[in-house]
Amino acid sequence: MTAHISPLAAETVSPGAARKAVLEVENLSLAFRNADGLLPIVTDVSFAIAEGEAVALVGESGCGKSITASAIMGIAPDNAEIGGTITLNGAVISALPPKDRRRLCGRHMGFIFQEPMTALHPTLSIGRQMTDTLRHNLGLSHKDATDRAAELLDRVGIPRARDILRGYVHELSGGMRQRVMIALAISCGPSLIIADEPTTALDVTIQAQVLDLLEDMRRELNLAMLFITHDLEVVGDFCEKAVVMYAGDVVERGFSADIVRSPAHPYARGLIDAVPAHDDGRTRLTPILGTVPPVGQWPEGCRFAPRCGRADAQCRTRPSLERHGVTDARCWHPLEDRP
Amino acid sequence: MLRYLGKRFLLILPTIFVPLILVFLLLRLSPGDPAGMMLGDQATAEQIAALRNQLGLDQPIWVQFLLWIRGIVTLDLGNSIFFREPVMQIIPRYAGVTILLAVVALALAVLIGVTLGLISAMNRNKPIDRGVVTAAVLGISLPEFWFALLLIFVFAVTLRWFPVAGYNPPTAGLIAFGATIFLPALALGVRQSALMTRMMRSSMLDVLNEPYITTARAQGLPESTVIGRYAMRTAAMPVITVAGLSAGYLLGGAVTIEIIFALPGLGRMLVEAVGRRDYPLVEGGVLTISLVLAVLNLVIDLIYAILDPRIRYQ
Amino acid sequence: MSMTQATSPDRLAGGDEESFVTTNKPVWQRLVANPTAMTSIILLVVLALSAVLAPLLAPGNPLKVSPADRFIPPGAEHFFGTDNLGRDMFNMVLHGGRTSLFVGLVVTAISMSVAVVLGAISGFYRQVDMVLMRIVDGLMAFPGIVLATAAAAIMGPSMSTVITSLSIVLVAPSLRVVRGQVLVVRELQMIEAARSVGVPTLRLFTRYILPAVSSPILVQASFIFSAAVLGEAGLSFIGVGIGPKELSWGNALTEARNYIAQAPWIVLFPGLALMLTILALNLLGDSLRDILDPRLARRR
Repeated sequence: MTAHISPLAAETVSPGAARKAVLEVENLSLAFRNADGLLPIVTDVSFAIAEGEAVALVGESGCGKSITASAIMGIAPDNAEIGGTITLNGAVISALPPKDRRRLCGRHMGFIFQEPMTALHPTLSIGRQMTDTLRHNLGLSHKDATDRAAELLDRVGIPRARDILRGYVHELSGGMRQRVMIALAISCGPSLIIADEPTTALDVTIQAQVLDLLEDMRRELNLAMLFITHDLEVVGDFCEKAVVMYAGDVVERGFSADIVRSPAHPYARGLIDAVPAHDDGRTRLTPILGTVPPVGQWPEGCRFAPRCGRADAQCRTRPSLERHGVTDARCWHPLEDRP
Repeated sequence: MLRYLGKRFLLILPTIFVPLILVFLLLRLSPGDPAGMMLGDQATAEQIAALRNQLGLDQPIWVQFLLWIRGIVTLDLGNSIFFREPVMQIIPRYAGVTILLAVVALALAVLIGVTLGLISAMNRNKPIDRGVVTAAVLGISLPEFWFALLLIFVFAVTLRWFPVAGYNPPTAGLIAFGATIFLPALALGVRQSALMTRMMRSSMLDVLNEPYITTARAQGLPESTVIGRYAMRTAAMPVITVAGLSAGYLLGGAVTIEIIFALPGLGRMLVEAVGRRDYPLVEGGVLTISLVLAVLNLVIDLIYAILDPRIRYQ
Repeated sequence: MSMTQATSPDRLAGGDEESFVTTNKPVWQRLVANPTAMTSIILLVVLALSAVLAPLLAPGNPLKVSPADRFIPPGAEHFFGTDNLGRDMFNMVLHGGRTSLFVGLVVTAISMSVAVVLGAISGFYRQVDMVLMRIVDGLMAFPGIVLATAAAAIMGPSMSTVITSLSIVLVAPSLRVVRGQVLVVRELQMIEAARSVGVPTLRLFTRYILPAVSSPILVQASFIFSAAVLGEAGLSFIGVGIGPKELSWGNALTEARNYIAQAPWIVLFPGLALMLTILALNLLGDSLRDILDPRLARRR
């Protein structure tokens, strides 16, 4: 059984004021019920995000990071069974049925998708999509909603906002579309933004612009951000804290700087090492040997053990998430080389 | 937008002319002589020849064709050989009935199709979905004229809710009209309803998996808006296509339905006119059907352009 | 940034149980495994057998009038009852089936053959294509029944007339299917390669084009058969089909209309046979489509 780890938000980035926790996720688990029974997808995920803080949810495809986000927003599939507690601004929202949790979306939680071309409606005007959400969540009149939408587009750096409002998503470039998504996400003044790989589909130059924009928004609006990604460089640059997931488990948790510099969990270490070095291209890539076990075929005990060079008999029992040095790691034999 | 419609119109022209030319040739080149039929067995050869001359039937075929084209353009379709009235006056009487029938049938089909398809898609694989899918498969295989007979048996003969046959125009009052149009429209539209149900269901299932639906939900929008506006906008397009394609089928199916229910419509008129070799009337009838279909297709194209801005700029 | 290979898509974790399964099993095996296909095939075999064996199962002339036996309801002696002229309905349905199925078969064979040839030519030669497609477009929108009526009234209702007009009307949809497939195949590299080596066009057709086209043709044939049976029935029903001397399910229903109140069984049985045939053919077409090209299979 895992011990209850105090949420990270209690720790401060800067000395002095303790920041208010916006999102607290405790022992979140999600499983699909199908004809054969219960299929666990995510087990025992805990983390917290404070005001103005960006936390990265890092992992490969299939580790469960996106489904975790859907669970928080209440848009997980109907046959998903969700356990654990999710608290938003002090209110326990996991007790609510998904339909009510969904009602909090827009107003209290915003979502940014990976592929804005398909994530925005192809035949409704941009303006329509924005005013729909403004009118529904904030009760604005059509005129006020349109004005506010123009303001928002302006703020995210889209020129000729009024014209764009009348336009459609296929008329915009990739970077512009993502800006629209951001505008949409922040439009009703949420306290939490969940960004699901928002820059993966973009060119590198545009990536930087969009990240800068997100950074500005975060600072201006004091937003809490959950940043889902597999790109460690983005994590390092952008997010103060990181939660590393593997096969449905949280395997390491802490300040990103610490994780990148001296990871405790071998998987995290493998991820760091796998990033190509920015050198003359001479050093060989270091992959993590083996493959991620698919859902439903997780090994007993530590799920990373089959690929881990440090595994032994003890690893057949599932380790709990413990503090090891400056980060929390789920490992019997965490890496020790700390400066 | 205008250029788009203009282009669509040009593409429609063959749709109007090909059947016309076909029927024209079919009629004029075939055995059987309207003059002889009209005058009966007792007519002498001179009388028949005189009538043929009068009706312009002794001209070479291509002359007849040119004369006829001129007639279309000047809106003078000639006189019906049998009724001795201008075709332009006869046709609207019958066409109105057929068009009404087809419109009501289409409306019913769309109503049933969209509703059932939507319910089915939202409750995928649950009992109601399976029921609807089965009903749709049966509906597609149901011959309209047989269904019409069954409907008559159940609702007109046994339950006596509706008259067995006959027609009351809308001017006779909505209820009287409805009583005579409902069963025919239902019988005519049953197959189209089934096709539309399938199309709506499949289209909606595809759309519900699209990311923009998740975005709409993530905006906190109520499910009614998500489905009603965001999903339907895109899901409706293929259904509209089917509706457009149905038009031709409905106008054709109207023939048997009009005969069964004794409705004074274009289909019945055509069958009788063909039997009498009443060339102008038949050609007028075919022209009317072609025009109606062409107009309908343009309307469908217009609806497309309104619903999907991407199409306007092609 | 290299990551080890993911084995399952992130977002779609297990909720959607149906998946597009590609299998390497031969067609026959897949056919047998599909319940819809088997049901429809069995149904069709029963119908075909009853048609072929009609003279044995229902001997005598079904059209023979027998005034003494009018309006007998279905029972042990007359399975489907008798009609207004005392004719046994069971006999009529069986013999009518012969005609209806025969017409359907012939129409399918003729129209599909023409469609294959014209479609292949059209797909291959662009000039032909441009002209032909305009004509086909013009024909397709127009209700075929009107054209068939015109033809029938001109040439007199008879089996050959019906077969001719239905064949013409039903060429268009198949033609499009064939043409579409040919257009796809034509762009394949192997065609270019073959052509550059100098393979004669006819061999191209038989060796490359036809096999590629065979699957959609098979599916289409099932639907065309169904449309042909339906078309003949409708035309015969209003009297412009096979003519009064022959018997099909269509004209078995013509008179039935007048006697619905007294003898509903006259309406029921021929129509039921008609519907079952159409249903079986449609189901067969659907399941063939699923079996032969899983990419076209819709979500069920």
